[in-house]
Amino acid sequence: MSKKHTMPQSLLALPREDRGGRIFLGILLAVMVLVPILNLGTDADNPIHVSTYTVTLLGKYLCYALLALSLDLVWGYCGILSLGHGAFFALGGYAMGMYLMRQIGERGVYGNAELPDFMVFLNWQELPWYWLGFDYFWFTALMIMVVPGLLALVFGWFAFRSRVTGVYLSIITQALTFALMLAFFRNEMGFGGNNGLTDFKDLMGFNLQLDGTRIALFLISAALLASAYAFSRYLVTSKFGRIIIAVRDAEDRARFIGYKVENYKLWLFTFAAVLAGIAGALYVPQVGIINPGEFSPLNSIEMVVWVAVGGRATLYGAIGGAFVVNYAKTWFTAVLPEVWLFALGALFVIVTVLLPNGLVGLIQQRRNRKEATA
Amino acid sequence: MSLFLPGKLGALAAILTAALLAHGQAATADADAVASETATSITLSQALTGLQAGSFQDKEDVIAQLLTLGDERVLPILKALLSGDLSSRENDSQIYMLTESDGTIAATDALTGAVTAGVDKTSYKKITINNKLRGKLRSAIAQLSLAHPDTAVRISAVQELLDHIDPDLVTLLQERRALELDKKVVAFIDIGIAMARINADDKQQRLQSITILSDSNHPEGKRRIIALLEKDPAGKFLETDPEILRAAQQALKDIEARTKLYGFAETVFFGLSLGSVLLLAAIGLAITFGVMGVINMAHGELMMLGAYTTYVVQLLMPNHIDLSLFVAIPAAFLVTGAIGIAIERGVIRLLYGRPLETLLATFGISLILQQLVRSVFSPLNRSVETPSWMSGSWEINSLISITYNRLYILLFALAVFAALVLILKKTRLGLQVRAVSQNRAMARAMGVRSDWVDALTFGLGSGIAGIAGVALSQLTNVGPNLGQDYIIDSFMVVVFGGVGNLWGTLVGAMSLGVINKFMEPWSGAVLAKIIVLAFIILFIQKRPRGLFPQKGRAVEN
Repeated sequence: MSKKHTMPQSLLALPREDRGGRIFLGILLAVMVLVPILNLGTDADNPIHVSTYTVTLLGKYLCYALLALSLDLVWGYCGILSLGHGAFFALGGYAMGMYLMRQIGERGVYGNAELPDFMVFLNWQELPWYWLGFDYFWFTALMIMVVPGLLALVFGWFAFRSRVTGVYLSIITQALTFALMLAFFRNEMGFGGNNGLTDFKDLMGFNLQLDGTRIALFLISAALLASAYAFSRYLVTSKFGRIIIAVRDAEDRARFIGYKVENYKLWLFTFAAVLAGIAGALYVPQVGIINPGEFSPLNSIEMVVWVAVGGRATLYGAIGGAFVVNYAKTWFTAVLPEVWLFALGALFVIVTVLLPNGLVGLIQQRRNRKEATA
Repeated sequence: MSLFLPGKLGALAAILTAALLAHGQAATADADAVASETATSITLSQALTGLQAGSFQDKEDVIAQLLTLGDERVLPILKALLSGDLSSRENDSQIYMLTESDGTIAATDALTGAVTAGVDKTSYKKITINNKLRGKLRSAIAQLSLAHPDTAVRISAVQELLDHIDPDLVTLLQERRALELDKKVVAFIDIGIAMARINADDKQQRLQSITILSDSNHPEGKRRIIALLEKDPAGKFLETDPEILRAAQQALKDIEARTKLYGFAETVFFGLSLGSVLLLAAIGLAITFGVMGVINMAHGELMMLGAYTTYVVQLLMPNHIDLSLFVAIPAAFLVTGAIGIAIERGVIRLLYGRPLETLLATFGISLILQQLVRSVFSPLNRSVETPSWMSGSWEINSLISITYNRLYILLFALAVFAALVLILKKTRLGLQVRAVSQNRAMARAMGVRSDWVDALTFGLGSGIAGIAGVALSQLTNVGPNLGQDYIIDSFMVVVFGGVGNLWGTLVGAMSLGVINKFMEPWSGAVLAKIIVLAFIILFIQKRPRGLFPQKGRAVEN
C-alpha cells in the first residue's frame, strides 16, 4: 500500500492505472478470439486445432477464476478469510442444475415429464415447492444470484454484527459449508442426494453436447469474468473499496472514525457470494454435474490456496492463481495422482511461509530489484 | 405351589419330574456318574438303537428313558434330534450327529464323540420326529439344561423358556427352584412362574405375579401385563376383576416410567460417550489454540497418526493384544508429540502473528500427512483389534446395558483431562504456559523462554491428539480420513466452550455430545449434526468468545 493511490475517473478509464489488469484483459480477449476460431474453424487433425475437451477445460478454469476473484475481494481486500466460499459456488450451481433438470423433461430414464428421475426413483408423487419456477430461465437466473446472496446476507448479518472476526469467522464459515454438505447428501432434501444432479440435455434449447454450445458457454464465462474483473477493480478503487481496505488493516480505527464497518463488510461479502453463485451456475453446464461434494470444506480451502498462490489483493493475481493451480491439478491427477495432495499441501506451506504475496509479489519484487540496480 | 399344581399336572409332567429329580441327583454326584460309566453306556447305546426303529410312541418312551440316564452326552443328542441333525449311518446303523460348516459335513459319533469330517450326507438316514415329539423334546432339553452344573447355561435355559412358557414348564421350574442355589437363576425362574400364574385361578397368586413381572423389567412380562388389559370390541375390559385390572394398570405405568427413565439414562450415557470422544479430540486443540492462538488444522491428522500408531503397535506384538493399548498410548504420545514439535519449529514459528496464514499452512501439512498415510498404509481402512477386556458389555438389567469400550473411553477422557489440568496448574511448565498465554511480552520480560514454551505446548497438544487417536481406534475405522471426520466437530467444541479455558472445553464437549444424542431419535443422525452446527453458528453470534470467555486485557488483541 506504499504506492500512491489515484482516484479512478470512470469505469472505462480503469485499465489505464492497472497494468496487471491490462495484461490480463488483453490475454483474455486474445483467448476469446483465438479459441473459437481454432476449435470451430480447423479440422481435428490440424496441429493448431483446439479440442472441445480443451475448450470445456478452459471454460471450467474461467469459472474457477471468477470464484477466485470473488474470494480475493473478501479475503484480499477485507481480510475476511471465508473457508465456506464453495457453498455459494455450489448453491449457484445447484440452481442452474435444477433448471437443467427441468429441461430434460420426459427424456429421462423413466420418461416422466413431471418429475426428475431421482424423484421417480424415490417414489415421490409431486414436485417439491422449492422446485417450482425452475422451468423458467429468468427465474433460475434470478435464483442463481438471490440464493447465495441471501445466505451470505443473513449469515454475514449475524456474524459481522456480533463482531465475529479472524479465525473464528473462518471456522464458522467452514462449519456452514460442512453443514450444507451433510444436508445436500440427504435424499430427503430433494436435490438428488449423493448423486446430485446430472444427465443434462440442453440449456435454453441448445444441446449441451454440441461444440457450438460449448464455445458459447466458454465465451459467456470469459465475458462475465472480464466484466466482473472490471467492476471489482472499480469497486476496490472507489471510496467504498478504500474503506474496505481500511477495515482490513485496522478495523477498530475505521469504526472509531465513524464508518459502519459491519455494513461495509456485509455488502462486500454478499456481492462476493453473488459472484461465486454465478461462477457455479456457469460451471455446472460445462462439467455436466453438480453434487454435494462441491460443498466439501476441502474444496473451499483449495480456493483459498488459488488466491494465495496468485497473490492477494490484486484481483488479477487471484485469477492467475486459479489457472496455475488448476492446471497443475489437472496435470498431476492425470500423470501422478498420488503426488497431487503432496504438491497441494506443500504449496500451502511454501506460499504462506515463503511467498506471502504470491506469484504477483514475486514478480513485483524482481522488478523492484531490477529498478534499484538500474 | 400345591394350590396351582393339581389341575395342571399332566402325565408327562409326572415323568419329567421324576426324571428331573433323578438327573439332579446325578449332576450333584458326578463321581457316581463316572463310576457307572460302563453301565450307562450300554443303556445309552440301547436307547439310541431304540430311537432308530419303531413308531413315534416308541421314540417318546426312549426320550423319557434317556432323561433318567443322567449322562452328559444326552443333551447334545436331544438337541440334534430336535434340529433334525441326528441320523443313523445306513451300513452299520450307528447314530451320528451331523453338523455342516463351510459346505462340508462332519459326523460326530453320538456314543464316543469321535468326529469324522467330510462325510457324504446321502449315506445317513435322518431320524424323523413329529410335532408332538418336538414339544416333548423341548421340555426334555429344558429340563436337562436347567440342571446343568454351569450357572450361565442354566440362566440362558430359563431365558429361553420365558418366550414360550406353558404349565408343564412351570412344574419343571418349580422343581428346579427348590434345588436352585444361585440367586440370579432363582429370579429368572420366578419371572417364568409369574408369567404362567398371571392367568391362574387364585387371585392372590395373580396379584403377586403382576408385582413380580412389574419389577422384573422383562419384555415378555410386560407383554403379559398388556394382555391382561385387553378390551373387547365394545371397549370393555376382558378381565372382570377390578382389583387385578387396577394392579395391571399400575404395573404397566410403573414399567413404562422405568423404561423411560432407563432410556433417558442410556441416551445420557451415549451423549457422554460421544462427548468424551469430542473432548479427547478437542482438548489438544484447546491447548494450542488457547495458549498460542494457533489454529492447527493438522490436529485431526495427528489423531489419525495416533490411531495408526496403535495399528503398528498391534502388528509388533500380535500375541499381546490385551496389553497393546498400554504400549500404544505412550507410543502415540511420543510419535505425534515429536511430529507436533517438528511442525511448530519448521513452519508455525515462522508465522506467528498471522493466524490466517498459520491456518492455511497447517492445512497444507494435514494434506501431506493424509497422503503420506495413504502411500504407506494404503487408502483402505486398517482393522485395529479390541483387547478382550474392552469388548462386551455391562448389563445392568434387561433394560440397560453399557458397552465396556465406551465406558473405558469415557473414563480415559476424564483421566486425560484431569492430568492436563494438573500439568497446567501444578507444574513449572504449566505456570510458564499460562504466563505466556496471558501476556507474552511480560512473560518474556520475566525470563520465560517463550519460544521454548511454544514448542513444548504444541508438542503437548499434538501428543494428546495422538492419545485421542488411540481411543478412536477402538471406536471407529482407522483410515486416512479419520482426522477429517473429527476436526470440524472439535473446532466447534473449542469455539463453543471458549478459547483458552479447559473447563469450557469439558463442558462444551459433553453438552454437545448429549445434545446430539438427544436429537438423534427424532431427527436422524445427520440432521442432528446439522442442527448442532447451526446452533453453534448462532451461538457464536450471541457469545463470540464461547461459554467461558477468557477475561482480561490480553484478550483484546
